[in-house]
Amino acid sequence: MNRLTQPGWVRGLLSLVFGLALGSQGLAFLQFLATKTYNPFDVGSWVLGSVVAALTFFAGAGGKKVFHLALMRGLGWQFLGTLAGGFLAEFLRALLPDMEPFGKFGFSEPAWVLGAIVGAVSFLAGAGVLTDWFKWAKGESTPEHHHDPDGWEKYFGVSLDHKVIGVQYTFTSLLLLSYGGLFALLFRTELAKSGMQFLDLNVYNTLMGLHGMVMIVSILLGIAGVMNYLVPLLLGAPDMAFPRINAFSFWIAVPAAVLLLSSMALGGFDTGWTGYPPLALRAPVGIQMFYVGVWVAGWSSILGALNLIVSVLRLRAKGMTAFKMPIFVWAAVATSIISLTATQMIGLAFQLVIFQRVVGMPFFDAAKGGNPILFQHLFWFYSHPVVYVFILPGLGIISELLPVFLRKPLFGYKWIAMSSLAIALVGFLVWAHHMFASGMNEYLRVPFMYSTLLVAVPTGVKFFSWVATIWQAKIPRDMPTPLLFVFAGIFVFLLGGLSGPPNATVSTDLHLTDTYFIVGHFHDTMFGGYVFPFFAALYYWFPKVFAKRLDEKLGKIHFWLMTPSFIFLTLGMMKIGLLGMRRRIADYDPALGFDIWHLLLTISAYLVAASVLIFFINVYKTLKNGEPVTGNVWNSRSPEWQVPSPMPAYNYDRPFEVVGEPYDYGVPGSTYVKM
Amino acid sequence: MRNLKHYLAIAVLIALVSVLTYLGMVNANLFPVEASAQAVDIDWLFNLQIKLIAFFFALIVVPIAYSMAVFRRETGDTSDSEPIESNTPLEIAWTILPLILVVWLGYIGADNLAKINAADPGALEINVVAFQWKWRFDYPQGFSSDTLYLPVDQQVLLKMTSPDVLHSFWVPEFRVKQDVVPGRVTDYRITPNRLGDYKVRCAELCGTSHAYMEAPVKIVSRAEYDQWIADQTAIAQANAAASAANPDAGRGQKLYESLGCKACHSTDGSGGIGPTWKGLYGSAVALSDGTSVSADDAYLKSSILEPGAQTVASYTAGAMPASFSNLTDGQIADLIEFMKSLK
Repeated sequence: MNRLTQPGWVRGLLSLVFGLALGSQGLAFLQFLATKTYNPFDVGSWVLGSVVAALTFFAGAGGKKVFHLALMRGLGWQFLGTLAGGFLAEFLRALLPDMEPFGKFGFSEPAWVLGAIVGAVSFLAGAGVLTDWFKWAKGESTPEHHHDPDGWEKYFGVSLDHKVIGVQYTFTSLLLLSYGGLFALLFRTELAKSGMQFLDLNVYNTLMGLHGMVMIVSILLGIAGVMNYLVPLLLGAPDMAFPRINAFSFWIAVPAAVLLLSSMALGGFDTGWTGYPPLALRAPVGIQMFYVGVWVAGWSSILGALNLIVSVLRLRAKGMTAFKMPIFVWAAVATSIISLTATQMIGLAFQLVIFQRVVGMPFFDAAKGGNPILFQHLFWFYSHPVVYVFILPGLGIISELLPVFLRKPLFGYKWIAMSSLAIALVGFLVWAHHMFASGMNEYLRVPFMYSTLLVAVPTGVKFFSWVATIWQAKIPRDMPTPLLFVFAGIFVFLLGGLSGPPNATVSTDLHLTDTYFIVGHFHDTMFGGYVFPFFAALYYWFPKVFAKRLDEKLGKIHFWLMTPSFIFLTLGMMKIGLLGMRRRIADYDPALGFDIWHLLLTISAYLVAASVLIFFINVYKTLKNGEPVTGNVWNSRSPEWQVPSPMPAYNYDRPFEVVGEPYDYGVPGSTYVKM
Repeated sequence: MRNLKHYLAIAVLIALVSVLTYLGMVNANLFPVEASAQAVDIDWLFNLQIKLIAFFFALIVVPIAYSMAVFRRETGDTSDSEPIESNTPLEIAWTILPLILVVWLGYIGADNLAKINAADPGALEINVVAFQWKWRFDYPQGFSSDTLYLPVDQQVLLKMTSPDVLHSFWVPEFRVKQDVVPGRVTDYRITPNRLGDYKVRCAELCGTSHAYMEAPVKIVSRAEYDQWIADQTAIAQANAAASAANPDAGRGQKLYESLGCKACHSTDGSGGIGPTWKGLYGSAVALSDGTSVSADDAYLKSSILEPGAQTVASYTAGAMPASFSNLTDGQIADLIEFMKSLK
């Protein structure tokens, strides 16, 4: 039998095994070159081997045509671009006196940095993201729209359709979510018992740092996915304002993700996701890949936010005044204002450390007039507001879905809309509450305490408005999966919110900062503000995107497995944090008596992971065997549900007009849009 | 009022759930013992926060749960809920009241911070050096210890610095935490009030062995403390005399590890923040001013005591903290003996 006539999945599986072996052992060999010890079971090599395996699986299953997809061309070019940039830097270094060529990991550190940047740009050129702009620069014209191929291939090519880009974002986000989750499971397994089990200290720190940053990028791509798909539909627009910038914003996140993961092959980094100098100045070369990866991913956020704000300002349907916009659009605007204006700060902070490491500019070296605390200000000036980037769209989803399922207007629409903006603005004034114990000027701590406590006010407005929306509503007897995730989102975000004020008042925070309490608090805000609403959105809009409805039974198993495990996980983290468990430690003193707690937390983490696996199975089964549903599945008033699923290219045949309030459920004779 | 019985019911339930949540939390064994006067004040504020948490938890959860139980859709009912759009006085109330509450909480927080920062002019000063991955405590009597001995009921002021990366001083039983920053001295003020053995645990990620950067803290009676100081001073003097008379590379190596030299100076020829000690003794050292000097006993001693006086070429002036100036002649002799052994 001819090899090529075998079914795709057999070829895919064989290629997967081949890719895993090749990838993991290739990288273990690279480690051997650097350290002179060959460890075939090196965790970092296997994780990166799995990336290679995913590609070979894809190539094996899909056959030759896979190599013509933009994704594969981009990755090939990124590889070549990295080599080109690296050799260019080595050549330039050879011209300078006293420069040792090459280094422990093949290239020297400056060569890896230049290679990484050239590689990322090469990816974009190779994938074809820049083609139209190149043509315009040469004076050639291009068609206004490009025709996407039919079927799954369009999701792997450069599309200008916001719906395709939305799915691409969401898919990439879920892929990174799986990696971030895998990293968490690895180090949670290590923590199940005191003493070091199977990870070495540097690998532990690398996994912990990557868990943080990979999840952050995953969340940024997840909200970008939901916003990209939905906002033009909600506005009644044919696409985003700048379709090519939209494609650019998505595609630049792909080489960024590759760079982030590749830090593992170059010695990792022991600094955690915050990358604080002076520790970061001593970390292995891997930290440069981490910094450059985040720097590149920042472009995605900034340009995506710009595109979204312009789209909302310019492309609203007739009659859609500010206070007639769907509430999710308000949340998307608030979140984009933060992304557009704060992301530069983390890029800059990381860039300064790159410069200090590569060319010796002593920004953070106290002995040469630098200041290590300056980095923390720059870092948190982005990294605090960005948590509102993560949660505002999720809170918007909660506000968007509650009225649909409860058949009741959203209580205090204007106040909820304004509270999103208020959170975004106050969010800019609170960054130094991460630094109460840092040694910054002591008098600064009190004003930052007040501004931080102030966040509770607009957040409270959201909670009270949700409670008033739910009060006396006819809650469905058999709760649909999206509504379950909405309710759990409210509850978990409440736990995150209520555990916040003790971190705001300075003296209590001096006990809590840098402990597991913060880890528990933070994960509650992220899951309540992002993960639960994100899953609600996936279950809710899946029939719109693919015209198939996810299985309710599996959805409920997913929900009931994930929710109690997760709540136990974070409350347990908070408890041992209060009792003395520090964050970011690979091992803990058995005398503290935390062993049993950590074992239980590890089991909970596995249950959460299992529930997400069930979600993936649900998606696979539904796409393969699901019954087509094209109608208004949830009986919503929102415009995207008034037309059959899936949406055609360029969305609505004819523009619609807004003639009423978005959430007037139960008001006789009212409609929101006239199609 | 139409829904009076529902409102009464949730009011009672909110009160009940608040109290139960509060009692549950204060009895959940959430805090380590209090071993400092500051911990007592901080725990008072924690208790206030727990009261607020319990109340707001009940305030949000009770009406939602009550709605789920009482207003659930009847089987077969497909009609919409009663449309209630908004209620401006209510919205204003739940904006203004929390605003007043947080301003009040901020005031309480600032007052509490002032209390734990209250300085006693007679505080006992101890210098702390944190380095990868050890703690060193330099007592004013001129000796160093890797255990922090503190007398009970006496305020201490720790003057902390680091030669390498950020660290953070945290004894969970003291509640207070303070980062240790290279290039500056940060203060940590605490009044231990409970006898016992505790541990300082580094709370700021400082590299691979961060988890293991712990040191014992012993809170002892005043008499025991004075005795310990007297003993340590005598031992230090005896050691100094012995070392001066008969320097020993083994003792030098111990100092190299416990004083923190290790953080910057390698013993295998590899680079670091400071020059390696391998082959250093007796070699010709190129200085940053272009001159050269032989690494003899006098040069090495002055480099330890006054690190800023001469700087080795291509290294940073001022990178080495001046905190080694209290080393005795004997300790320096031991260190030099250790350097001699590193051929």
